[in-house]
Amino acid sequence: MSTYSLSQAQDSLWLARLRRFFRWLTTPYVVLSLVMIVVMFYMVIIPLWRMIVTTVTVSEIDLRVIPDASLGDMTSYHWRRMLIGQIAKIMTYEPLVNSMVISLGATFLALLMGGGMAWLVVRTDIPGRDIIHMLATVPYIMPSWTIALAWKVLFKSTSVSGGVPGLFQFFTGIAPPIWLSNGALPIIVASGLHYYTFFFLFVSAALLSIDSSLEEAGDLAGAGRARILRKITFPLVLPAIASGFIMTFSKTMGTFGGPNVLGVPVGYYTLSTMLRSNMGIANYGDGFVTAIVLILLSMTTVMINQKLIGTRRSYETIGGRGFMAQKMKLRGWRPVFIVLIVLVQFTIAVLPLVVLIYSTFMLRTGNYSLSNFTLHHWLGKSDLSINNGEPGVLLNKAIYRGAWNSIRLSLWSSFIGGVIGVILGYAIVKGRGTRLSKFVEQLAFIPYLLPGIAFGAVYISMFTKSFFGLPPLYGTFALLVVVSVAKHIPHSSRTGVSAMMQVSKELEEAASICGANAWQRFKRIIFPLTSPGFVSAFLLNFITTMRELSLIILLVTPSTAVLSSMTMRYIENGNEQQANAVIIILIVLVLIGNAIISRFRGGSLKKGLESSK
Amino acid sequence: MPEPFIIIENITKTFGDVVAVDDLSLEIESGQFITLLGPSGCGKTTLLRCISGLEEPDSGQIIIGDKVVFSRKKGISLPPGQRDLGLVFQNYALWPHMTVYKNITFALEIQKMSKAEMDQRVKQSLAEVQMEGYEDRYPREMSGGQQQRIALARMLAYRPSVFLLDEPLSNLDARLRMDMRTELKRLHYDSNATTVYVTHDQLEAMTMSTKIAVMKLGVVQQFDTPNQVYHYPSNLFVADFIGNPKVNLLEGRVIGQDLVEVGHFHVPVNTKDATGDVVLGIRPEDIAISLEPVEYGEEFVAYSVLPSGADTTIIARQEQYELSVKEIGVSNIEMDQKIWLCFKKDAINLYDKQSGNLINAD
Repeated sequence: MSTYSLSQAQDSLWLARLRRFFRWLTTPYVVLSLVMIVVMFYMVIIPLWRMIVTTVTVSEIDLRVIPDASLGDMTSYHWRRMLIGQIAKIMTYEPLVNSMVISLGATFLALLMGGGMAWLVVRTDIPGRDIIHMLATVPYIMPSWTIALAWKVLFKSTSVSGGVPGLFQFFTGIAPPIWLSNGALPIIVASGLHYYTFFFLFVSAALLSIDSSLEEAGDLAGAGRARILRKITFPLVLPAIASGFIMTFSKTMGTFGGPNVLGVPVGYYTLSTMLRSNMGIANYGDGFVTAIVLILLSMTTVMINQKLIGTRRSYETIGGRGFMAQKMKLRGWRPVFIVLIVLVQFTIAVLPLVVLIYSTFMLRTGNYSLSNFTLHHWLGKSDLSINNGEPGVLLNKAIYRGAWNSIRLSLWSSFIGGVIGVILGYAIVKGRGTRLSKFVEQLAFIPYLLPGIAFGAVYISMFTKSFFGLPPLYGTFALLVVVSVAKHIPHSSRTGVSAMMQVSKELEEAASICGANAWQRFKRIIFPLTSPGFVSAFLLNFITTMRELSLIILLVTPSTAVLSSMTMRYIENGNEQQANAVIIILIVLVLIGNAIISRFRGGSLKKGLESSK
Repeated sequence: MPEPFIIIENITKTFGDVVAVDDLSLEIESGQFITLLGPSGCGKTTLLRCISGLEEPDSGQIIIGDKVVFSRKKGISLPPGQRDLGLVFQNYALWPHMTVYKNITFALEIQKMSKAEMDQRVKQSLAEVQMEGYEDRYPREMSGGQQQRIALARMLAYRPSVFLLDEPLSNLDARLRMDMRTELKRLHYDSNATTVYVTHDQLEAMTMSTKIAVMKLGVVQQFDTPNQVYHYPSNLFVADFIGNPKVNLLEGRVIGQDLVEVGHFHVPVNTKDATGDVVLGIRPEDIAISLEPVEYGEEFVAYSVLPSGADTTIIARQEQYELSVKEIGVSNIEMDQKIWLCFKKDAINLYDKQSGNLINAD
């Protein structure tokens, strides 16, 4: 054995160190982690930083109001103005309170509905589980403000100055009061009903994974049903509820559609609509202050939530589907419950669409009789006496361009998002336990804390000029892709991680023993085994992007407009029928996309939703 | 003495604060069947993974054949694929999305072998594990035992010069395990590949190995032939770990040449130069039972009698002492019967009470 002794090679210590470092650096997960860190710095950290800088820097339009200042000086003007100035109450504090009220209200409504329904479906002998499950994912396919639009059709009221009657008023003759037609209540209901899907899926997965012996043990110990529910079941599903809570809260916080449709017409502003109106007049300094307030609010909520619940998330909740021994018997209440649930779900999933479609056949808004029936808004040629001369949507070139933009935006961002998800999942899972992996995972979580519209705002400041080798992207289609990808990084990484976790590490190790290099291992082993997860993620990403509005509303230009932003523009111009028709088109496209993508490798929206938790 | 084929020098591997392998050195000769044996957490699997290259040790050096595959000092660590070895995992790690054929040819494809030769290799290696005709099955379509055989075939197909096996039989039921032990031993005999086998099952270790390395807390306690490990365990840990029923350990004191006092009775032992407090290690089969008083026989009571067909284990008690005794065949001793036990003088191992090390070795 002496022939192999170390004395043969007199390598110096630093050479050995260099080799070790180089080997570490070329480890696939390290390379990928470093690449992702750079990407995420560009996409998230730097824009955020630039936004903060903008709020304390004197800009050209500020020169008029700040005497003696020169361009680029540091200033506290915007912060003073927005937080302690005369307009602070209207510009910041009222919207802040409104945002809080709406987010909390919608989240609790969603929790109540989703959680309750999940419990009924999983834990009782209620019939018709499949149809309940199917109907539960429908809201996710619709844009979040679909229900808001339908609400508008139903409860529009002449109580609002300049208002026209909605269906309700038309048939009953009673003008709904303003609190019913606009403002907090309708926005809460519209958002809450939309987002209950998250709670339903998360809580039912968590309930399914609870080993019923845990509850039976409580039963044997003599605890009553209510006590078991409170002391055993509830704490076990708490992580799932927490996930749903953060997700719903941060989504409603940054949501723009609902508040814009139902709040703005009566001057009920949230942070998101206030942000938009400031940005609309290029008042970036003020707008960014609002965006930062929104971000801070959202971050605080997530952090409080984490403090209360403990860990941010637990992968363990999902997975091992426990065996369910006992289901609570509803007995005589069975028909009552099933009818009630399906009725509620129907109201959420189908009724809005029926109302919207119906409204598109009305020549003039406010008149819902058959004499007013027309196909003009679908097929009519431009007529200046109707809706400012907008042609029917099926004859409108702009609509086709918008549809094409929506589709290619969704495909591109889902594809890139999928690739990033694969990379992040691999880097995080393979590096598990290292500081690098933890850092990457945390970095990938940041966009989660940034409400949609604020995230869009961040990007305005970023890409107006050429920046570190990147061309100025403002106004381009590419910018929309970039922002959509960046905002979805948390979901991509979650999906990637949970897909990677399902592949036991021995499978890759076995390949590496056989001499396969990193690329061969990925191509032949890891990718084939994880691809169903990624198809689901791709699908989820596609649907989410198709109906995304808050994120891109500040960034679209007429040539890059997508269907979702077009409905908003139609609504703002008072072309209600076109808006509603466009949203129907959007939903149909999403359904088609869903049907096509689900065909690949067993991908499903439900799986995607569950693993993105 | 033949040249060692695998040389492990001063390998240490820690995970956080836990030292899994502690400054361990081992030399394995070509063609040997080496078993790393120990309780869970003793570092045996970690050591195997260090040899395979799936884990990088914190220090030391590993040489396989004429290649330095790992050296901390030189900063070398070859990837597993360049170490010319095969590994069978505890859970088989067959790729679920590939057929048996694809599983087996994976490594061959990477070596860019021709299709004809691959077919030939698949046939041959399937024959070696008696799984002919299973080429088109997917792993989920086979039983655990069959999957195990395919995992072996996958390794055999590319003919590595070192076989590494990580508890390959632990997921099989008792009957299949016996069959597979037979097959594995035969396979090793036919291929003569240097084999490192990890297990916590002493029976597997005893029946198959050329040499056993008994490990505890990342340190090799004894590295010897099964026979030596069984009859001359080098310390109390090894003595206690090996053997079923367990060895009888009696604390006593050397009171004269070849005489040890245990409680109030005396046991004749080869004491060599031992003095002071000692522990006697007596295998159950090294105690003879007499139904009448005999010289040097100690009176015990049969507390329990456990026949198992081929032999019978008698649990004998006297005050605080409880001994297992093994008799061949069916015993006619009844429970609560008085019996006299005689210890075979030459078979008793003597351990230092303080260090736990064997002190009357030849």
